[in-house]
Amino acid sequence: MADHKRIDEVTGTSTSGHEWDGIEELDTPMPRWWLWSLYATIVWGIAYVILYPAWPMVHGATEGVLGWTSRGQLEAEMRADAARRAPVMNAIAATPIADLPAKPELMQAAVQGGAAAFRVHCVQCHGAGGAGVKTLYPSLTDDDWLWGGDLATIDYTITHGIRNPDHKETRTSLMPAFGRDGILNAAQISDVVSFVRTISRQEKPGASSARGATLFADNCAVCHGAGGEGGRQVGAAKLTDAVWLYGGDRASLTATITQPRNGVMPRWGERLDPVTIKMLAAYVYSLGGGEKPAPAPEGPKADGKP
Amino acid sequence: MASPEDLTHPALYEARKGVYPKAVNGFFRRFKWAIMAVTLAIYYGTPWIRWDRGPYAPDQAVLVDLANRRFYMFQIEIWPHEFYYVAGLLIMAGIGLFLVTSAVGRAWCGYACPQTVWTDLFQHVDRLVDGDRNAQIRLGNGPWTFEKVAKRGLKYLIYLVIAFWTGGAWIMYFADAPTLTQDFWTGQAAPVAYGTVAVLTATTFILGGFMREQVCIYMCPWPRIQTAMMDEKSLLVTYKDWRGEPRGSVKKAMAHPGAFGDCIDCNQCVAVCPTGIDIRQGPQIGCITCALCIDACDSVMAQVGRPRGLIDYCTLDDAATEMAGGVAPPIRKTLFRPRTLFYFGLWGAIGLAMLFTLGQRTRLDLAVQHERSPLYVQLSDGAIRNNYTLKLRNMELRPRRVEISVSGLPEARLWIDGGSRETARQSLHMPLAPDSVTSARLFVVAPGAGPARQDFTIAVRALDDDPRGDRETIQFDRPGTEP
Repeated sequence: MADHKRIDEVTGTSTSGHEWDGIEELDTPMPRWWLWSLYATIVWGIAYVILYPAWPMVHGATEGVLGWTSRGQLEAEMRADAARRAPVMNAIAATPIADLPAKPELMQAAVQGGAAAFRVHCVQCHGAGGAGVKTLYPSLTDDDWLWGGDLATIDYTITHGIRNPDHKETRTSLMPAFGRDGILNAAQISDVVSFVRTISRQEKPGASSARGATLFADNCAVCHGAGGEGGRQVGAAKLTDAVWLYGGDRASLTATITQPRNGVMPRWGERLDPVTIKMLAAYVYSLGGGEKPAPAPEGPKADGKP
Repeated sequence: MASPEDLTHPALYEARKGVYPKAVNGFFRRFKWAIMAVTLAIYYGTPWIRWDRGPYAPDQAVLVDLANRRFYMFQIEIWPHEFYYVAGLLIMAGIGLFLVTSAVGRAWCGYACPQTVWTDLFQHVDRLVDGDRNAQIRLGNGPWTFEKVAKRGLKYLIYLVIAFWTGGAWIMYFADAPTLTQDFWTGQAAPVAYGTVAVLTATTFILGGFMREQVCIYMCPWPRIQTAMMDEKSLLVTYKDWRGEPRGSVKKAMAHPGAFGDCIDCNQCVAVCPTGIDIRQGPQIGCITCALCIDACDSVMAQVGRPRGLIDYCTLDDAATEMAGGVAPPIRKTLFRPRTLFYFGLWGAIGLAMLFTLGQRTRLDLAVQHERSPLYVQLSDGAIRNNYTLKLRNMELRPRRVEISVSGLPEARLWIDGGSRETARQSLHMPLAPDSVTSARLFVVAPGAGPARQDFTIAVRALDDDPRGDRETIQFDRPGTEP
């Protein structure tokens, strides 16, 4: 091919010797700086291989003299972030939970931290945003609380859980299985359902509900209160309102009285640190139904009365 | 470049051929001085201009505040969501280049391009240290004497100072210049500041000191794009070969009157060229149309008593006319033609539209997001609550008090974090910090009876002298909206 090489008159450059129908190719030399750039990248590459993990081996890879690992970098970043957050976390730890709302900035930080922890530990049951799951897990956004909705109460509930076996401080209660265990027969359950639907203003009073009132007073009032206003010390639901965890229609109420669910929640005090639980409580409190601390554990609700 | 004898082993790589442009004086050289002074003054000086914006904003006239996501330019403050103004500026810059290129060819390359300006500056440094063209060539080819080492050292030191100053000026646009200068020298500036200065110092040192015309010839895409935008009416630096050829010295021309053209082959146009080309070979990619060869040729023509303009700005059309013996129309006729007027109109229209919208923009802005988890909350008394996330942008540099209200949702009550349903009303007041976004969770309660999904309006209005505000229509959901 070299035979066909010649110097192009116009440019003074050698041709490559290739020719297609009279069209020739110039063999323009690369600029020298381009070559230097190539050498620079080679030097860079060698330095990189020496400094950083590079060659894959049978087990792992060469480590590099800097000892850098992505895991180590992540750990350093996590440590730095923990150090960054430390003042706020310490301040939250030092503040009694009931005093948080009085410090808006601390409260906001706690709510944000709680939102993050909630997404990790709580959404599996209580749903994103604390929306709850109908007939399974209570909504945390409304103004109806089984065990109470002020900050300290929420904190206690999260710490000790609900109906934990072998835990003294857990919140616990047991609604009898009136139907399954034969405490009430089907007709009696139907009457109690009528009464409950009457006090929640879903049905008009009638003969059935009148019979149910007596049964309610004998069997239910001890926990749910004489008027069905609920009892927070035992987590007994308020039956006069519009919020029903397991449904307020006849079929759902019948099912609940026949065989109650007695829902459980893990005790988080053993898994999470007190500050995280405090932040979780602040977050749940902020979802819209948070209550002012009640003067007594079973005092009237501060929220939601018509 | 391969020499004819060496065809079997052509050079794979070509070393840079030194360019030692000779000093020249004339109209275009003075013009270039002026442009260099103005552009460098703008670049180095702008961050130091102060501009009082009150206590809630920095007092730097031009500041790209990346940390706080604000862009300040004198009276104008741009927020990130208004980035389309920057996009508009970029479009204007693009069309501006079209306009300039179609009218006056590669004027950007020749006068205003940073690569050109800094190369010009560094070439003056060469002359200052090494002397003019011939002295530079002599020194470059000569042995490494003490004098050469000293001169090279001094020259590179000056390069480095200019390069460092250039890199240092760049970071001043991104932080308060006096503070950053102090932090920089006391070692307290951010690592990215030192990194940026280091990178820009290196690129300025290399590109301005050593790469020079190779950037224009090998690296820059703009000369390639420009060829697509130039036409037969765009100005080019043209050697008028019909007037100049055949070349001959004054002595030869005197001996043979009429046999030679005006070009006396003095090579001055080549000697002064900052990219080292010979303009007499016609238009070429290496020509950045800096017009220094025009100055050189004009001064030679004056010396030999011939009319100026053997090398001159000329369009392809005019060249054809002159070659045929005609007289080219005046330059302003070529400048104002439909194509350039169209570009100018487009450029101006975008600018006016941006100015208009800048004058009209509201500095109080509301964005509402309906929380979807849950879509609604059943309250114990039968009422329904929906939650919304409000983002209120107070883009004015003063604290403001605003009123949030709802309409189109009967008996609605609203409150935000920290409030409660007992104290809720149909509207609420809240303070907004200056030049900031305030986020709030808005709780809206309405009676349970109503359509499953209902549109209503949330409005924000300032409670001061400027009542303009913003409103957004959004849904209120009740049971029955689940999919």
